[in-house]
Amino acid sequence: MRITQGCFSFLPDLTDDQIVAQIEYCLRNEWAIGLEYTDDPHPRNTYWEMWGNPMFDLKDAAGVMMELAECRKAFGDAYIRINAFDSTRGFETVRMSFIVNRPKVEPRLAMKRTDVRGRTQSYSWTAVR
Amino acid sequence: MSDMTITTGDAVQAVDLAADFRESGVAGILDELDRELIGLKPVKLRIRETAALLLVERARRKLGLSTETPTLHMSFTGNPGTGKTTVALRIAGLLHRLGYVRKGHLISVTRDDLVGQYIGHTAPKTKEILKKAMGGVLFIDEAYYLYRPDNERDYGQEAIEILLQVMENQRDDLVVILAGYADRMEKFHQSNPGFRSRIAHHIDFPDYEDAELLTIAEAMLARQNYAFDADARKAMTDYIARRRAQPHFANARSIRNALDRARLRQANRLFEGAGGPIGADELSTIRAADITASRVFSASADADGKPA
Repeated sequence: MRITQGCFSFLPDLTDDQIVAQIEYCLRNEWAIGLEYTDDPHPRNTYWEMWGNPMFDLKDAAGVMMELAECRKAFGDAYIRINAFDSTRGFETVRMSFIVNRPKVEPRLAMKRTDVRGRTQSYSWTAVR
Repeated sequence: MSDMTITTGDAVQAVDLAADFRESGVAGILDELDRELIGLKPVKLRIRETAALLLVERARRKLGLSTETPTLHMSFTGNPGTGKTTVALRIAGLLHRLGYVRKGHLISVTRDDLVGQYIGHTAPKTKEILKKAMGGVLFIDEAYYLYRPDNERDYGQEAIEILLQVMENQRDDLVVILAGYADRMEKFHQSNPGFRSRIAHHIDFPDYEDAELLTIAEAMLARQNYAFDADARKAMTDYIARRRAQPHFANARSIRNALDRARLRQANRLFEGAGGPIGADELSTIRAADITASRVFSASADADGKPA
């Protein structure tokens, strides 16, 4: 099941040229780029693993693409996303985040309904491979 | 992407090199180089030649005659203070105008920025710098310190390997300039044949003549709204000749330091001798006394080698 998180996730996967263009946009805005990866596509999983430190003071997307190539080599079958962090006072947060790599077969999200106290029911999602 | 990726079969049949020269802004940079840098004739000549080569190469690309990115890595050799960093900055601008680097910034590093302190520290450190330099020029000052033949476990070798790999594989992303003393660079290239074969342009920076150093001194002062009076100019000429004979002479850098100290003495002189109001003239004039007070004049045999 194709997960849709972050920017552009309803579009077809970005090509490398398109990723470069997006990174250039981020760098023009002086945002710091960070790479993260995970094998758990659950929407509540906000803590992805960091691939190295966030990259400050970059001038060109080639530096990010270098890291991305290495991350893909190590975790080619995981989700990889690029986060652009804006350090401007008042924002101080991720301004843009998009997926740049998906596993070949994406896990399905299965819903589980549990009866709890009284007639209350709770729902949870788990990734099924 | 840019005007550089024109496929064969395109309508381009001829290029006007003169127009290209004007429009790319290369002319402006070369003129600026001539105007603002004193002396360095062979260097300017080499840069002119390199610029011409790159311009022609670009024209050939437009006509579909060549497809490969030329090797642009350079090696600057020369004594300290001969303007290597300044020229590197101009080269970065030049390559940017010609479209050979995308951003045209200069990252200046030394061994400390590339080589780590413990196992596994070097690779990330070197990569960090390389990432920052992408799209621009990486200037490695005193590059020969990267290689220490006396210590086979030195981490410098690791940095060299990463550098070589990027210099080869990402030639269109980044240009590397290695700089340092001529003799030690020569030795460095001999012991690392990988560098020698990947560097296309060797530029040698000659020492400045005494007259050039005087012109440089005056230009430096003028930039800060100071000036020599006639006696001071004579004293400075004398100073340059004497300073050159002493150890640790670093061309323009020695001159800059001497001027800094002369300004200090001038301020002190004005402060001590101030009897009444002083005008702008007095505040911006360096007199002979400010220069002759230097230790270079008093002790020609200054054993500790730290002339003031």
